[in-house]
Amino acid sequence: MIFGSVERLEAQMRKPSVWFKLHIDAYLLMLLMVLMAVGLMVIYSAGGQDLDLAIRQIVRLGVAFFVMIALAQINPENYRRWAYPIYVIGTLLLVAVLVVGVVGKGAQRWIDLGFMRFQPSEIMKLIVPIAAAHFLANDALPARFGRVVIAFVVILVPTLLIARQPDLGTSLLIAASGVFVIFLAGVSWKLIFAGAVALASFLPVLWFYLMHDYQRTRVLTLFDPERDPLGSGYHIIQSTIAIGSGGFSGKGWLHGTQSQLEFLPERHTDFIFAVFSEEFGLTGVLLLLSLYLLIVVRGLYIAANAQTTFGSLLAGSITLTFFVYVFVNIGMVSGILPVVGVPLPLVSYGGTSMVTLLAGFGILMGIHTHRRMII
Amino acid sequence: MAARKRITIRDRQAESSLFYRRAVVALLVVVLLIAMLISNLYKLQVTRHEDFNTRSHDNRIRVLPVAPNRGLIYDRNGVLLADNRPVYSLELVPEEITDLPATVAALAQLLGISEERQQKFLEQSRVSRRFKKIPLKESLSEQEVAQISVNQHHYPGVYVEARLKRHYPFGDAFTHAVGYVAKINKRDLERLDQEDKLANYKATRDIGKQGIERYYEDMLHGSVGYQEVEVNNRGRITRTVNFEPPEPGSDLRLSLDIQLQLKAQELLTDKRGAVVALDPRDGSVLALVSAPSYDPNPFVHGISSKAYRALLNSDDRPLINRTTQGQYPPASTIKPILSLLALNEGIVTPETRIWDPGWFQIDGVKRKYRDWKKWGHGWVDLQSAIEQSCNIYFFDIATKLGIDKIDEFASQFGFGEYTGIDIREESAGVQPSRAWKRARHGQPWYLGDTVNIGIGQGYWTATPLQLAHAIGIMARHGKNYTPRLVQSIQTDTGNINLPADQRPPVVLNRDTYWDEAIEGMRRVNHSEHGTARKAFANTSYISAGKSGTAQVFSLKQDEEYDAEKLNKRKHDNAMFVAFAPLNNPQIVVAVATENQGGGSSNAAPIARAIIDHYVETTGFESNLPIGIPVP
Repeated sequence: MIFGSVERLEAQMRKPSVWFKLHIDAYLLMLLMVLMAVGLMVIYSAGGQDLDLAIRQIVRLGVAFFVMIALAQINPENYRRWAYPIYVIGTLLLVAVLVVGVVGKGAQRWIDLGFMRFQPSEIMKLIVPIAAAHFLANDALPARFGRVVIAFVVILVPTLLIARQPDLGTSLLIAASGVFVIFLAGVSWKLIFAGAVALASFLPVLWFYLMHDYQRTRVLTLFDPERDPLGSGYHIIQSTIAIGSGGFSGKGWLHGTQSQLEFLPERHTDFIFAVFSEEFGLTGVLLLLSLYLLIVVRGLYIAANAQTTFGSLLAGSITLTFFVYVFVNIGMVSGILPVVGVPLPLVSYGGTSMVTLLAGFGILMGIHTHRRMII
Repeated sequence: MAARKRITIRDRQAESSLFYRRAVVALLVVVLLIAMLISNLYKLQVTRHEDFNTRSHDNRIRVLPVAPNRGLIYDRNGVLLADNRPVYSLELVPEEITDLPATVAALAQLLGISEERQQKFLEQSRVSRRFKKIPLKESLSEQEVAQISVNQHHYPGVYVEARLKRHYPFGDAFTHAVGYVAKINKRDLERLDQEDKLANYKATRDIGKQGIERYYEDMLHGSVGYQEVEVNNRGRITRTVNFEPPEPGSDLRLSLDIQLQLKAQELLTDKRGAVVALDPRDGSVLALVSAPSYDPNPFVHGISSKAYRALLNSDDRPLINRTTQGQYPPASTIKPILSLLALNEGIVTPETRIWDPGWFQIDGVKRKYRDWKKWGHGWVDLQSAIEQSCNIYFFDIATKLGIDKIDEFASQFGFGEYTGIDIREESAGVQPSRAWKRARHGQPWYLGDTVNIGIGQGYWTATPLQLAHAIGIMARHGKNYTPRLVQSIQTDTGNINLPADQRPPVVLNRDTYWDEAIEGMRRVNHSEHGTARKAFANTSYISAGKSGTAQVFSLKQDEEYDAEKLNKRKHDNAMFVAFAPLNNPQIVVAVATENQGGGSSNAAPIARAIIDHYVETTGFESNLPIGIPVP
């Protein structure tokens, strides 16, 4: 089903289905729709059964959905062509944010264009893997050491700029999206190992020089949430209580006391997973994780069957980055990762990240459905 | 171009398989990470579910205690002596008020609230939760309540809250019996904690401090109720989950008679002293008055330290309950009891006569103990000795009996012991003995001491309640009941009458001895030589009595009184005990008045008035003849 044989694919190419003509991947579409439906249900519950909130989310989903369908129509070769110019523009915008950006929630992330606020780091989530994939796919794989180093620099510049805002979550996701391209480009295991060691040795530098106090507190809180139960530990304590009290089968939709009585902070945005777990229990959690796994599997299938190396690398990176969202968000809400601002993809309330995520899936669909007949 | 393309296609195949291998590795890592998440979530949701479920429950459920209504106290006729009245306070909810300072200022103008109080309120409103009620003014008058009610629509978020407070409608008339409640203080908290009752007082503000209120605190208080509410993270109540209503305290019906009590209080106007009236048939207390008294109501609302100091330092010692704490030498009032002992021990018979020359001497001792009548009573027997209160007769029998026998016998009548009345403010008095003197003064007992004991003086002290109790035992030929104020307890389930607490009776070798001594007491009130014949002239009933005139005594001498006052305080204390009717005693009265002079002339009229009042209002219930007035 999700894995189709190459023969079948080619058969499809010869006699394309309606979906193929529309450049939409039906499997992915179905999985994403189910996920979004689940998200709406949980948002309705977490927002204190506020229908307006759910409706606003539906509007955003509509916009994001439109962006996805639109991007699916674009032949991925176009991204390739424009990869470097948009990368440079994006990076300049990041610099602009640091200089003239609007401060919100203690971090500079926005550029106020007068008619709208614009978050360049969000677009960089797609530009960085495009640029990295384009650069590495230009030469034969596995990538040579010199090119890997250059690719690293390409990734590191926007990452550090975003980390300066500071926005640890986004910079982490961008770094990850780039690193995935390098990994999938077949960089040697030796190099991966060396990179891991370098990263480990870089951690103290990160801790002492690059991280802000509030970020350090978040990490410390992770190891011992009770040391500041009403301060930084409060989020973690309340969310683990919510998850744990959900038990095997959950308290039922709209019946999660932790969330309905507002003990849980940010319950319809970053911490929505706690609401979900409280109301649907471990059973629901397993189903949700299966849904995410199926999306990842489908994404990797599309990547593996892409016609070009660029397509493979980009599709693979988008898919794995999507999973990083899932892992980091659930890990943070359930108390095994520090609190970083990463939403639960397609479930959390909020516009910007959703547009980016569905744009990514649009690109993925485009890669899958824009095929040239070979031979 | 063509060559490039070919190479690309070839590369693509190798690259494709390389990518495929990497994608598989990535997928494996993804699966591994998902497994990690699941194992952690399993730990939270299954292994530690119980723990988190409890914590989630604790998060949202608050248990709010609800104070029970305090039981009421009635007199024997059902007249309310202590009730609960609503006290109004003005409370504001900041959340519901748009301009808090302006509202406070407007209310301050309306009700005359001080600038200082306003500031304090605004400060408090800053630190308090915005949806919680904060009091602005307490104890509103009815007029103020009306003023606010009329203007209520101008002030959203302003409420008049009613809270029940104890009220004693008769003011100072029952203070020493009923006592009062006041705010729970630190000491009370410690005691409640020790007695494991703290949980029951979670919502209670006041506690019994004195008298019945204190003794029956547990019954009057009732049991705390609980309101289980669901709250959100800011503590706002979202709904009530469960309500367990408090169990109100039991009502108490006292044996005190409002009429008799008020009469006794009236009789003691401008005097220092005490009146106790008991029903000797079951020990129930009919009147318990200590004068001067004080109004208990200010204590309920928190008495000012100035007012309290005034009470504490008053020369008249109003805070002391003279009925149970006033230790007076019983003086001649105990003569009938000593005569019982003398008869029982065979030292005298009713016919034994003693010559009273006006003085008494111990063999070999020069000192003369004088009678109150300088020239003596001449020949006296037991009854005339009681009738005329002949000291010499009792000096004689006391020395013959010896202190040990007197001590033992007096103890049977409750002297030197707590009567066990149901209030805590009680003194045991002093029933002197060899051991007591040795312990108290480090001296042996001398015969001279015994002489004084014969007329109820020397070391001997007793409370008016002890006297009434002892004479009550005598009136009922030895039957002994613990004095008690509470007659019945009214709970939700019904009325519990407290049975009389009977104690071992005093048994004499012959029952007729009682009649001999009681006849002496009858003659005190009704014979031509009786010391109280004037006070008890023309009664509608036959009574028995005994006067006593004790040498100067006051509760605590303060040396700085001016001369005139000091003189007054050197006057004798007047004592009188009486019971009636003679054949079937139903009321026994003990009167003690400080510095009033002779008992017959000063205390006896009070006793007479009380018995008269009892007869008028209650009447003697009897199928026995109550006798005819003595001509």
